[in-house]
Amino acid sequence: MTSQTQDKSKVKEFSLFSGRVILACLDGSSTSEQVCDYASWMAKAVDRPLKLLHTIEHNHNPAVSDYSGAIGLGSQQELLEELTEVEQSRASLLIKKGQLILNAAKQKALAAGVAKVETYQHHGTLAESLIEIEDDIRAMVIGIRGKQHEHQAEGFGHQLESVIRSMHKPILVVNKAFSQPNKTMLAYDGSASCKKALQMIVESPLLQGMPCHVVYVGKNGEALLDEANVVLKNAGVEVTCVQLEGEVDEVLAKYQIENDIELTLMGAFSHNRFRDLLLGSFTAKMLAATNRPLLLLR
Amino acid sequence: MLLHSTKQDWLGNIRGDVLAGLVVALALIPEAIAFSIIAGVDPKVGLYASFCIAVITAVVGGRPGMISAATGAMALLMVTLVRQHGLEYLLAATLLTGVIQIVMGYLKLGSLMSFVSRSVVTGFVNALAILIFMAQLPELTNVTWHVYAMTAAGLGVIYLFPYIPVIGKLIPSPLVCILSLTALAIIVGIDVRTVGDMGELPDTLPVFLWPDVELNFTTLQIIFPYSMALAVVGLLESLMTATIVDDLTDTSSDKNRECKGQGIANIGAGLMGGMAGCAMIGQSVINVKSGGRGRLSTMVAGVVLLIMVVFLNDWVAKIPMAALVAVMIMVSIGTFDWGSVVNIKKHPLSTNIVMIATVVVVVWTHNLAYGVFVGVLLASLFFANKISHFMYAESELDEETSTRTYTFHGQIFFNSSAKFLANFNFKEAVSKVVIDLSRAHFWDITAVHSLDMAVIKFRREGAQVDIIGLNEASETIVDRFGVHDKPEELEKVLGGH
Repeated sequence: MTSQTQDKSKVKEFSLFSGRVILACLDGSSTSEQVCDYASWMAKAVDRPLKLLHTIEHNHNPAVSDYSGAIGLGSQQELLEELTEVEQSRASLLIKKGQLILNAAKQKALAAGVAKVETYQHHGTLAESLIEIEDDIRAMVIGIRGKQHEHQAEGFGHQLESVIRSMHKPILVVNKAFSQPNKTMLAYDGSASCKKALQMIVESPLLQGMPCHVVYVGKNGEALLDEANVVLKNAGVEVTCVQLEGEVDEVLAKYQIENDIELTLMGAFSHNRFRDLLLGSFTAKMLAATNRPLLLLR
Repeated sequence: MLLHSTKQDWLGNIRGDVLAGLVVALALIPEAIAFSIIAGVDPKVGLYASFCIAVITAVVGGRPGMISAATGAMALLMVTLVRQHGLEYLLAATLLTGVIQIVMGYLKLGSLMSFVSRSVVTGFVNALAILIFMAQLPELTNVTWHVYAMTAAGLGVIYLFPYIPVIGKLIPSPLVCILSLTALAIIVGIDVRTVGDMGELPDTLPVFLWPDVELNFTTLQIIFPYSMALAVVGLLESLMTATIVDDLTDTSSDKNRECKGQGIANIGAGLMGGMAGCAMIGQSVINVKSGGRGRLSTMVAGVVLLIMVVFLNDWVAKIPMAALVAVMIMVSIGTFDWGSVVNIKKHPLSTNIVMIATVVVVVWTHNLAYGVFVGVLLASLFFANKISHFMYAESELDEETSTRTYTFHGQIFFNSSAKFLANFNFKEAVSKVVIDLSRAHFWDITAVHSLDMAVIKFRREGAQVDIIGLNEASETIVDRFGVHDKPEELEKVLGGH
């Protein structure tokens, strides 16, 4: 099982720009609108179709409960019919709701000037649905909190981590109303996913022409920063290299605000779940600390 | 993989699972006692088994929300073993059953379930219901009228209590039946048989004990046939139940893991002084009906069952057998697939024969394995017979050249080869015979052999024989059809060549 997923990720590494569509994950929460805006921006910038996804999650709370414990002739059949009826009406309501959300978002995206917008509904959790259509995705946009945590001021939704971990495509996590990104920041530590981010800055039409701040947090990062500097300079990107010290997430969030940087690129969740469990994941901390969109690369 | 489970499996539905687990635990107690009595062992053997199996399958089973415990299907198989050799051999047989089931799980024999057709499943379920009912009859013969009255009253309470508004759907009616009949018997002082008369009840938590049998070939010879039957029936009922729960909850489950899980649970039961068990159709339906969906429901059912029995054993001993009989009659009625009787007119005769044959064989032999074997065999024969109808031949005579051409369409195999031969007119005097097989499929050696026979016969009559399209027709003889899983591959083999 593990070796399979590792093989899969190896294959995916070479295909940073594969996939056809920009995907927006919508659930009708307040962030959905922001997600739609950012996704429209991306779709226009890279000239790809925009795909709007809504998932119908099956409620695990049982639809019917009857503690009488008595079963008579045909009660299995009756129970099946009863459950089917209740779940049918539940699901069809959710599908209708989803269609409304998708249609509204579609109108908005078309109005924003996206050439082609597709909508898609799928049964299952978000992560399940995404894995199924992953090959079709070039990059995806998701809100930091879903419907369940909509009214929380901080923290991120409970599905976000599993979604990020299960995907191998660039993921833009949106946590604020849309404003056109003008500068990018790259949280750089020389890891494989950071190298991928460098490649993206150089090659992606999305980030073309944006000045980039490469930030290293810690000591002795000069060599790494030089390396990044050379790559970006050669590609004609306006680059600023900085070395900072302190708690990584706090320092980065602070630097971002001071320099008015709209978009941060970073590698996400190491493959080592155990280490994350002990030390706390840097990605999770960063997601919690910042209030600007994060573009995560696996 | 065996220990893998998601948080959702355990904690996705805490309230529903705990309440459903309680309802199931209450329903499991009378069943576990009744099944021990069927098997001819003390009630504690069935109760310990139900506890161990429920708790272990909650962790290692492949189908969250399914209830496994000591069951009637298994109890019926051990009657003679217990009678002839005693409890210790039953425990040893239970251990071996577990080992066999684990092996079957690793060999992925769960997928063999696909050979068990819907009508065999229905027959199995109906036969099980009939056997559970029949097992209650000894309690209802040669007894005073009190027992009949109490059983009837118990059934009345079970089926009518749920109609009482509000509390009817909050309190399990089998519990109300047991409590009210026990209270009645104690207060009025009716002298009827009680659970305490049937043997020992558990007074401690189960303890680890190795079956007291000699580990030699003779023992193996005694227990192996029983273990084999127990393993097969246990897996059959478990996988059927898993499918039922899959359907009810609209989710899927890991059938091979369920096989291994059942095996581990039986080993656990055997080591804790319990009898072999498997999944229970009736209890699993009750669990889903009460809102149970996750692994927690099964765990709660097992733990609560044991706690109640151990701490309330004095009270459990006072339950009149009539109350248990009423509950068991409810279980047998609930297990029976009523739709299969209603639809008997709608279904084809072959389907009905398979179902009824399964029921008859089981009720006759008291062994569900035999019934399933007969059912699967009959269903396969009916299927082969139906497919053999898909064959016909066209023949054409060209008088000028004195050539007779036979063109075959359809499936030629052991069952249709006689029909294949019957299409030839060997008495017709022609100088040339052409057999066009490019639209036919040869499935086995019997088909090839009958073609050889036809060719030889024609030659003997003095005709020259040409065969067209044999290579295409015989592509289906290969044993592994797995390669033909793409439409174009299938078209190559089965299409019009």
